[in-house]
Amino acid sequence: MQLSGHGVTCVRGGREVFAGLDFGAGSGEAVAVVGRNGSGKTSLLRLIAGLLIPAGGTIALHGGDAELTLPEQCHYLGHRDALKPALSVAENLTFWADFLGGERFDAGESLATVGLDHAADLPAAFLSAGQRRRLSLARLLTVRRPVWLLDEPTTALDVAGQDMFSGLMREHLARGGLIVAATHAPLGIDSRELRIGGAV
Amino acid sequence: MTALSALIRRDIRIALRVGGGALIGVLFFLTVVVLMPFAVGPDLALLSRLGPAILWLGALLASLLTLDRLFMADHEDGSLDLITMSRTPLELACAAKALAHWLAAGLPLIVATPVLGLLLNLDMVATGAVALTLLAGTPALTFTGMIGAALAVTLHRGGLLMAVLVLPLSIPVLIFGVAASQAAIVGPMTFGAPFSILCALSLVSLVIGPFAAAASLKHGLD
Repeated sequence: MQLSGHGVTCVRGGREVFAGLDFGAGSGEAVAVVGRNGSGKTSLLRLIAGLLIPAGGTIALHGGDAELTLPEQCHYLGHRDALKPALSVAENLTFWADFLGGERFDAGESLATVGLDHAADLPAAFLSAGQRRRLSLARLLTVRRPVWLLDEPTTALDVAGQDMFSGLMREHLARGGLIVAATHAPLGIDSRELRIGGAV
Repeated sequence: MTALSALIRRDIRIALRVGGGALIGVLFFLTVVVLMPFAVGPDLALLSRLGPAILWLGALLASLLTLDRLFMADHEDGSLDLITMSRTPLELACAAKALAHWLAAGLPLIVATPVLGLLLNLDMVATGAVALTLLAGTPALTFTGMIGAALAVTLHRGGLLMAVLVLPLSIPVLIFGVAASQAAIVGPMTFGAPFSILCALSLVSLVIGPFAAAASLKHGLD
């Protein structure tokens, strides 16, 4: 499996964020997208996720499921957690598992892995920022997608949470998955650096 | 199918829980209709003549009241991103969301109609006619309103824009809804003609609404 972008150009609000960007990542590989604030890290992830239309260039996944588009094979973990405060932790997770479909794993086990099994019946409104992030990570485990697009994934996680998350990323890569992460902090795994928008 | 039923069940569950929108619409409907006899006065003949129009106006405004949140909440918490990326076509997801909204916010209005009909001096036949026209007409309000809700998300403007966009589209529904109710109560028109047009309006909006809303959401990706 090979994710590749050629000459990708991103324009936001009439301003060119980056132009002619080439990148690539294969199975089992992690790419850390680095750059100063506003250099277009989030925009790059959203371009790959199909949530933005590139002003130029192409992004493609070769060797994935031919029936599915690139966004359909991606997990996108953004700044916003896609959680409903009125639903319980377990309800939030099973909804995404049912809605996203595809190969899925036991929701209860995923909650235990991210350390939220004791809070399964708690409404998501009562979760702390770190717990919300952990619940989003449980979504990545319950619904299997080969490509993980992570935007500042370790924000709000405590040290133990960051270690747990590094372990999850390593497992994902070992299964032949692929990670593109926008980050300021080190990811805690071996990764290739993709610098955009000049020096930090 | 699992995906769509999961989306419908989630939206209904959120609407029915504390802070959800389902009860707001019914309470608004109740307020408008209860206050109307006090404003119009105790003339029973006048009340029963105005009754269907008052019920229809109340139901229309109540069903639009919560509609602007249809996509806004999902947009704000990032759910809309995941829905857009998912393997479910966005058009179907939009239709499922509108259906859930109608079940949670529209259906209670129709259930409340017989009770409110009493306050407006409507007899059994008249109340039944109004409830039946609401049943046939409110899906049109929800599914055309959905287009406004999708535009409100993409243009980053809230309720006001939604009202300006959606009210003109809901005027035909109101006209034929009230016309069918009046035809059933006082004549001289037959009930069938305006009622068929009302059903047609609902069917057309069932088809056009999801496509227009999905197109608007896709166009406004950011």
